[in-house]
Amino acid sequence: MAEYSWPAQGSTALVGKEQDRTDGIEKATGTAKYAYDQVFDKMLFAKLLGCPHAHCRVKSIDVKAAEKVPGVVHVAVMKKWDDGKGKEIVPEVRWQGDHLACVAAESEAAAALGVAAIKVEYEELDVFVKEEDLEAAKEAGRTNEGRPDVQMEAEPDENVDESEFADQEFDRLFKEAAVVVEGDYGIHSITHMCLEPHGSTLYWDDDKLIVWHSTQMVSGVGGNFAEILGITAGDVEIHCDYVGGGFGSKFQANAWGGVAAEISKATGRPVKMMLDRDLELKIAGSRPSGFIKVKVGADSEGVVTVWDSVHWGTAGANGGGVDKGNIPYVFNPPNRRRKQIGIVTNTGPEQAWRAPHHPQACAITQTAYDDIAAKLGISSYDVFLRNLASVAPKKQGVSMAETYREQMEIAARLIDWKAKWHPHGKGDADGSIVTGLGMALHTWGGGGHNSKCLLKVHPDGGVETFLGSQDIGTGTRTAIGMVVAETFGLPLSAVKVNIGSSTYPVSGPSGGSTTIGGVSESNRRAAQDALEKLAGLVADKLKVDAANLVAKDGRIQEKDNADNGMSWKDACRLLGMETLEVTGEFKRGPKESPLSSIQVGGVQMAEVAVDRETGVVRMEKFVAVQDMGLVINPKTAKSQMYGAVIMGIAYALFEERIMDAKTGAFLNCELTDYRLPRLGDIGEIVVHLHEPESEYNRGVVGLGEPPVISPGAAISNAVANALGVRVPVLPLTPKRVLEALEKGGNA
Amino acid sequence: MHEHDHLEAAALEPAAAQGGGFSRREFLRGSGAAAAATALATGQGLAEAQQATKPKVASGKAPTTIQLTVNGKNHSVKVETTSTLIDVLRYQLKLTGCKPVSNDGVSGASSVLIDGKLANASTMLAMACVKKKIQTVESLGGTKPDAVVRAFVHQDAMQCGFCTPGFVVAVRSFLDKNPKATEEQVRAGLNGNICRCGTYANVIQAALEVVKGGK
Repeated sequence: MAEYSWPAQGSTALVGKEQDRTDGIEKATGTAKYAYDQVFDKMLFAKLLGCPHAHCRVKSIDVKAAEKVPGVVHVAVMKKWDDGKGKEIVPEVRWQGDHLACVAAESEAAAALGVAAIKVEYEELDVFVKEEDLEAAKEAGRTNEGRPDVQMEAEPDENVDESEFADQEFDRLFKEAAVVVEGDYGIHSITHMCLEPHGSTLYWDDDKLIVWHSTQMVSGVGGNFAEILGITAGDVEIHCDYVGGGFGSKFQANAWGGVAAEISKATGRPVKMMLDRDLELKIAGSRPSGFIKVKVGADSEGVVTVWDSVHWGTAGANGGGVDKGNIPYVFNPPNRRRKQIGIVTNTGPEQAWRAPHHPQACAITQTAYDDIAAKLGISSYDVFLRNLASVAPKKQGVSMAETYREQMEIAARLIDWKAKWHPHGKGDADGSIVTGLGMALHTWGGGGHNSKCLLKVHPDGGVETFLGSQDIGTGTRTAIGMVVAETFGLPLSAVKVNIGSSTYPVSGPSGGSTTIGGVSESNRRAAQDALEKLAGLVADKLKVDAANLVAKDGRIQEKDNADNGMSWKDACRLLGMETLEVTGEFKRGPKESPLSSIQVGGVQMAEVAVDRETGVVRMEKFVAVQDMGLVINPKTAKSQMYGAVIMGIAYALFEERIMDAKTGAFLNCELTDYRLPRLGDIGEIVVHLHEPESEYNRGVVGLGEPPVISPGAAISNAVANALGVRVPVLPLTPKRVLEALEKGGNA
Repeated sequence: MHEHDHLEAAALEPAAAQGGGFSRREFLRGSGAAAAATALATGQGLAEAQQATKPKVASGKAPTTIQLTVNGKNHSVKVETTSTLIDVLRYQLKLTGCKPVSNDGVSGASSVLIDGKLANASTMLAMACVKKKIQTVESLGGTKPDAVVRAFVHQDAMQCGFCTPGFVVAVRSFLDKNPKATEEQVRAGLNGNICRCGTYANVIQAALEVVKGGK
């Protein structure tokens, strides 16, 4: 077995150099086939009946009329009137859009008419969706109160009541603080809004289910189908060459995937079941909201000495919300009391949304840190800098505080912070337009997931790798090819990358920024092992020491004597008749790997222009600085950074789920009404991959989540800096900006 | 009754016109309901339909065969009055570059060129496209991809890629009209498409690369 390692920084041929994505032409010309794009003979189109009520009991479902609609082939009821153990129940629906029945028909139009013809009797129940209103939630009995989590420098004596002691201690600390900020902050629920909705196109091949599924988990989601259908995972084959957006919401088969498979079995025909846009927004995933009441005290330098907060929000019908472990975000003040209250609402269930909990925690707490700067009349930069002493100490040999300090300097330079900064609300106005600067910082774990690949080197020189991974848009396919080609000294085009099928070796789901780490690990390992074997054959042939051989420029040759060697093809011919097959495997564990690492930091700064008359916030400039260990492909890495920032601008200024308080209806569940930024709304974005040698040497970490975390707080802080007033709740719509201006506020 | 009027009547009130037990409300609930509604409300679909020559049956029940010219080739396709262009392109011609993101066209993901003009296939009735030149994103590919396609790849103006074909068509159309567009014009002129992954910054650079002569 080879000793696994990366080439020294600066000595690579491909890794770290910008490469076009290898499937770019297919994507740009529409020949890339997604689950939605699979078309089979005799295929049926399926549509769901989603419940119109947000909270009700379903008394009966009558599908007779639906079955008679011309073109309708099969109707399946998806609610059961027994609990599976013979006991009768009346099924309860707890959010609008929940699946009641599925109609499969010859065309989408016929399926839609079939759905409309289903008759349902409901008993409506009480509805609660006011997730921002803690008092109303308490009154409605919709809260799950957690115990406060307390950290104090002082320890109570043995006989003293701990919570009384904490009360006294926090009172004392606030009295002694040079500055105290009390504020309310919040961020509304949003959805994933995958442009390719959730769903699949599937059929049965005898007893085997073949599913073209839009998924972030090619290797695992078959088991989920099997569980629903009561079969073995070995009888489910998942295919997914392209995914039209997932962002954390596409790990499951979902009830509608299961029913599609059942209908396909019953009819003997392929079925396409993709959610309509409104259902995609109602049921396929949301990000929890977060609202907080904070009291925070700091010394005259702005260093936080005491934090006391209660926060609440909803992840849907089970309560939940933003995990208190992230409050306040990144910073860990010496005295800290935090209490979390989950609110049970009649809203669609949460799914992991890119960096779960972090963007909300950042948006509702680093805004309070910024208000300390406002109150002291000092620069936010200085307040963030001075509080770095309280951040988590280390990430594998590198100090997080030191990383943030370096990144703050870079970001400040890129946005020209010093020249542009003014105290909150004290900038020059151009008519009704005021500008401001804000910043925020974030962290994320990442690291590699478990990954196994099969690498084949053919005697004719051909190279292919197989793994049950997926490219959710991050450029995974290209990165895998780069890792293998780099190791073999070949051009990127010489490596065929096969992913997107559950028939390949198991590779992890794309979640938590772990894909690049996992697939780089397995493929680098396999390629290094394969090269070792090939080098052994070459060494025998040339009568040289295998340890002195390197793969470079399409040859295997002596390190110090390039002429003594042979072409890649000639080397592969030494394999004889047999293809060389090597398995590369990485298992995530406590042991450090030379190829990958965990934990990153990032700093972001925003410059905005706000119109005090209209309340419109315009992005001027946004700077994102991010470390991610060793960067495989800077081109696609930068794209992810741009994308994360733009998604951040979306939830900072535009998007939110709007529910009708009385009925629990999702009011803006169509793309027309669910506001997202357009190309003209993003301003200038500058991204910087922070990759000093110390970062490169840590190996691959992962990038998907971290840069989407800070934009909410950074933009809110910039708006507060411009106006001299905090707009407390995101997204910062013109209405909220004008309301905050009218009210004054805590900045 | 002129044939044009016949088509109009059939499209508006198939049940009344044909006695087929198919009300206008049901018609609007069908595939591309919003598309049909938009087309009817704005008159766009009808105006187009009126110019088309006489499909023989337009009852909303029995399909009829029409000829569509797509990417320079003639195709016989079977349609109903409710059939949208996007459904015909995707499910009969298997041209799936045209993406169904929203049936009201606000996403631009179903962008095609019809007689050289940018249109949303999700809000066009297939019948309204007879005798028109339909150009899909696939026509910009092949052995010699269009400069816009190459610039999208070079600037990495794509992530998940689901909005990308629509964006490519929109940029092609925009640059045909504004071959010397400035960055300011690009930012102002390409707001008909939605991307969720956040590729706008790269799309801007791709459009500008084409203006500069590409690579």
